Amino acid sequence: MIQVFTFYLFAVLLIASGAFTIFSRNPVHSVLWLILAFFNAAGLMVLVGAEFIAMLLVIVYVGAVAVLFLFVVMMLDIDFAELRAGFMKNVPLGILLAIVFVMELIFGIGAYQAGKIELADTPVNPAREGATNIEAVGELLYTKYIFLFETAGIILLVAMVGAIVLTNRKRAGVRPQNVSEQVARRPEDATRNMQPEVGKGVEL
Amino acid sequence: MSVGNSLYLVAPEIILSASGLLLLLIGAWGGFKSARLVSILAVTALFASSAVALEFLLNPAFAEGGDAFFGQYRLDKFGSLTKLLIYISAIVSIIIAPRFFDNVAGGRSAVMRPEYPVLIVFAAIGMGMMVSAVDLMTLYIGLELNSLAAYVLASFLRNDERSAEAGLKYFVLGGLASGILLFGMSLLYGFTGTTNFNAINQAFESGLSTGALFGLIFVLAGMAFKISAVPFHMWTPDVYEGAPTPVTTFFATAPKVAALALTMRLAIEAFGSQIAAWQQIIIFIALASIVVGAAGAIGQTNIKRLLAYSSINNVGFILIGLAAANQAGASAMLVYLMIYVAMTLGSFVAVLDLRDADGNQVEEISSLAGLSKSRPGLAAAIAIFMFSLAGIPPLFGFWGKFLVFEAAVQADLILLAALGIAASVIGAFYYLKVIKVMYFDESADVVVKSDSKSHAVIIALCALFVSPLGYLLIPVLGNIADQAAAALFWAL
Repeated sequence: MIQVFTFYLFAVLLIASGAFTIFSRNPVHSVLWLILAFFNAAGLMVLVGAEFIAMLLVIVYVGAVAVLFLFVVMMLDIDFAELRAGFMKNVPLGILLAIVFVMELIFGIGAYQAGKIELADTPVNPAREGATNIEAVGELLYTKYIFLFETAGIILLVAMVGAIVLTNRKRAGVRPQNVSEQVARRPEDATRNMQPEVGKGVEL
Repeated sequence: MSVGNSLYLVAPEIILSASGLLLLLIGAWGGFKSARLVSILAVTALFASSAVALEFLLNPAFAEGGDAFFGQYRLDKFGSLTKLLIYISAIVSIIIAPRFFDNVAGGRSAVMRPEYPVLIVFAAIGMGMMVSAVDLMTLYIGLELNSLAAYVLASFLRNDERSAEAGLKYFVLGGLASGILLFGMSLLYGFTGTTNFNAINQAFESGLSTGALFGLIFVLAGMAFKISAVPFHMWTPDVYEGAPTPVTTFFATAPKVAALALTMRLAIEAFGSQIAAWQQIIIFIALASIVVGAAGAIGQTNIKRLLAYSSINNVGFILIGLAAANQAGASAMLVYLMIYVAMTLGSFVAVLDLRDADGNQVEEISSLAGLSKSRPGLAAAIAIFMFSLAGIPPLFGFWGKFLVFEAAVQADLILLAALGIAASVIGAFYYLKVIKVMYFDESADVVVKSDSKSHAVIIALCALFVSPLGYLLIPVLGNIADQAAAALFWAL
């Protein structure tokens, strides 16, 4: 019973937040609704027993993709009113695309009803009895596919090195704070005691 | 098969990974000043890996080879031989780099940075995986590792507009090619139920479904991009021209060897039971590459662009060996690849040695006029490389072409061989044009003397290899190439 209730809760919230993502006028609100949609989808995944996918949704989509969206929306100065102004101009193109998608849907359904494509039987790696999703994936990743897994790590490292090599540069005219230099500075380096004669002024 | 044994078989990759990570740390702490140290250590690591590869190649104890990591990676003579070529190219690309980067625009804008050798080492790991891959996943991971490092290397001179453009172009088109390749691989996996090359081959024995045929074509298209074969060659001249010359040297040799070796392994080990399905494609790609490579080069005024078209042309000739789809063809391809690497390394290092009085690189062909008087040695070396690339008989480049044509004739592809020979005459035109400019044109006196000993040594070694003296090596090279080709065909 509780499962049914949770399912409908998550499902309704998911559809609602998806709708709000599209319809809210403020793009920041859209991204926040999108995050809510991801959380609800993760909840649905937990319900069907795919807790690994649920975690991926939260970590990758909420943690990385949605935050990236937020950055883009908030840091780039995009004039959304102006973007919307072009709406009417692009309507014919939009309708054309919609027709194409509808045709594809019809073709897809037709092809589905005609019978499935002869795919090969894919031998799956049998998971250990009683292992959870995460354990099964981890066991494969760290034993059978360890070589590829580690090399994928090197790929990410190369991507990081590349990003730094291509963008990090020394700028002229920046004055970074050097704390040790500031602390090491003594009064006698910075000040001078003078006793100027009265009426003569000082030389600087 | 234990993990320890697997680790033993991937020793070259492990040496390079460990040293790559260590060098990255040295570079991060030492800054620009450590570039020299990092370069020396990177060359050492590559030499160590070459030694291991050579041991795997020559020691009879490894004659059988072996599968590592549950059939994702195979050590065999084919892989070891191509790895050796890749590592040598990488070593040369590192050795020639400091002089170039320290002198860009008179040494004002850029200096050699320690990331350059590190990225080359990482790219070498990826290429080593590519040539040893017997699983689609290993193939893709190795290819991406190599490509990602290559994109960064292409735009390494980030203040130079051409270099940045080259990097961007390479990145966008390379991403597209990766997508095509992945799509093909997913189709192959869906219709054969496996990612292992041998298992795909077995699945193909019972016939080729339409979906699997699409997968095969997409995978070959992705590979054709990586070897810059026509019709997927458009990026090559721009990237080769824009990238810094040492990087171009690298692009024209190591990744090309790796991608060609991978194409051979795919075509023969994974698709070997359906030769008829891909033979026509390879024949078309080979002929188109030869013709476009030869015709496109004629109008070029920049020597790097000319060499880019020359590499497209040579890839076409190498693919003739694959079109033959027999052991003689594979062996001929390997011999051709060895000669190609020597010719290409030599000609690019010679281009690197062309500087004017201000220390700027000279890339215009017209500026080479009178080189035979101002730099007779360099002019002679370039002449040797050009004659050899054109495949004119006394030089070693002829032998590679002869072998692939012989293999094609043996496989009853007489028309292909005849067309190839006819097209190679077109190619000879522009190679000879460079020689004519150097020896017979009014002197332009642009190029000044170079005092680089390392360049001179590399050019001399390459020139010696492709000179008629190279024919003395035929028994050795032929024997090794035969063994490596046999390793490729063991499953059939």
